[in-house]
Amino acid sequence: MTTYRELLQQTKSEISEVDARAAQERSGAVWIDVREADEWQEGHLPGAVHIPRGYLESRVEAVAPDKSQPVILYCASAARSAFAAKTLEQLGYTDVHSLAGGFTDWKRNGLEIVMPRTLSPEKRTRYSRHLLIPEIGEEGQLKLLDARILLIGAGGLGSPAALYLAAAGIGTLGIVDADIVDETNLQRQIAHSLDTLGSPKVDSAKRAIQALNPDVDVVTYRERLTSENIDRILDDGWDLILDGADNFPTRYLVNDASVWRGIPVVHGSIYRFEGQVTVFKPHDGPCYRCLFPEPPPPELAPSCAEGGVLGVLPGIVGSLQTNEAIKLAAGIGDPLVGRLLLFDALATEFSEVKIDRRADCPVCGEHPTITEYIDYVEFCAR
Amino acid sequence: MSVVRIPPVLRTEAGGEREVEASGDTLRELLEDLSSRLPALGSRVYAEGAIRSFVNVYVDGEDVRTRDGLDTPVREGSTVILLPAMAGGC
Repeated sequence: MTTYRELLQQTKSEISEVDARAAQERSGAVWIDVREADEWQEGHLPGAVHIPRGYLESRVEAVAPDKSQPVILYCASAARSAFAAKTLEQLGYTDVHSLAGGFTDWKRNGLEIVMPRTLSPEKRTRYSRHLLIPEIGEEGQLKLLDARILLIGAGGLGSPAALYLAAAGIGTLGIVDADIVDETNLQRQIAHSLDTLGSPKVDSAKRAIQALNPDVDVVTYRERLTSENIDRILDDGWDLILDGADNFPTRYLVNDASVWRGIPVVHGSIYRFEGQVTVFKPHDGPCYRCLFPEPPPPELAPSCAEGGVLGVLPGIVGSLQTNEAIKLAAGIGDPLVGRLLLFDALATEFSEVKIDRRADCPVCGEHPTITEYIDYVEFCAR
Repeated sequence: MSVVRIPPVLRTEAGGEREVEASGDTLRELLEDLSSRLPALGSRVYAEGAIRSFVNVYVDGEDVRTRDGLDTPVREGSTVILLPAMAGGC
């Protein structure tokens, strides 16, 4: 029978153990902390990746795909990391070392450590389904919690966006809307309810958001967005804008301000059974004026109030916008930059067209001719 | 023949249809053909030999402004999308 102590000694004799200085000299090494989550939270080595010992075999290939790459493993005092080193050798890693003395000696010798930002146990539970996705994980969720997203409109598109962004844990949501909730809104604007009929939409939406997720700070602007107030609102600092406006003057106003300030806009628009979604990322891709240099005449641009809209359509289009917003906030995936996604609810058909930047765009082109706010109502009434 | 996708705001001019067929080797020929058969629709998107400035036209997913405009070739079975802006977020 072998005791633990004998097994540890046997293992240590079969693997490479290196001291801190020798470990730091291994250039290009992947440092893996194999301790438990609570130990990691109390501090770890700079640049280390956390894989608890129990997940080592299943996750190591994702962080160290090249098996000839140097790997430094550490735990509290070089016991678990010794066994871990042995395991990695069995997996075919050829340059694996266990850090002698582990984290305890490292810290005792006054070497640099990092205190990780982590989620509280409550947030860990709430966002567990995000944390399980490798592309999001704790780091991505922290980004979402730090994100500040401004919603233009708390109507058809703004409602699902507000709810899903809140559920996703976007830390701060701004909402601009001057309207009050009326009965005709309830066919589709799911952030509002019978209880809030007659209330300002921003207050109604704030109530729905807070009922869903108290982690979210909600900043309300009960006003119609204009050239006069847009700078004050944008000065509050927003990482991105989700545009669910219901009129052309606001769309062009939001575009111009966002290009000048370099704020990405997730655009969505709907009518009857059809929707359009894209992302305008200033100077990386086209802007709204590159896509639509001028608005159609009023008779070709009826609003939903005039022409109607299928109630679920803003749910679909607003959710697609939210998907783009979450990806941008977490820094993952391929956003709809330079691509206009068209959705036809009657045919249940998605199509996509390419949008290019226009060199002659009056706002984001090579020689801009519009460099300050114009009279957007007049521009759209021509 | 190519398929021309009609935006919801122009369906009245297209007899309520979501898609209509039109023929031509170039976009110009196709729009001329469309205009001769559905004049009300044609005049909304194409007038005095030019595409109206507020309508985007895509041939097989590409904006014709970035290609050869009215001379953009149209193949048998191409999809042509007529697309004015929509404002609604309501």
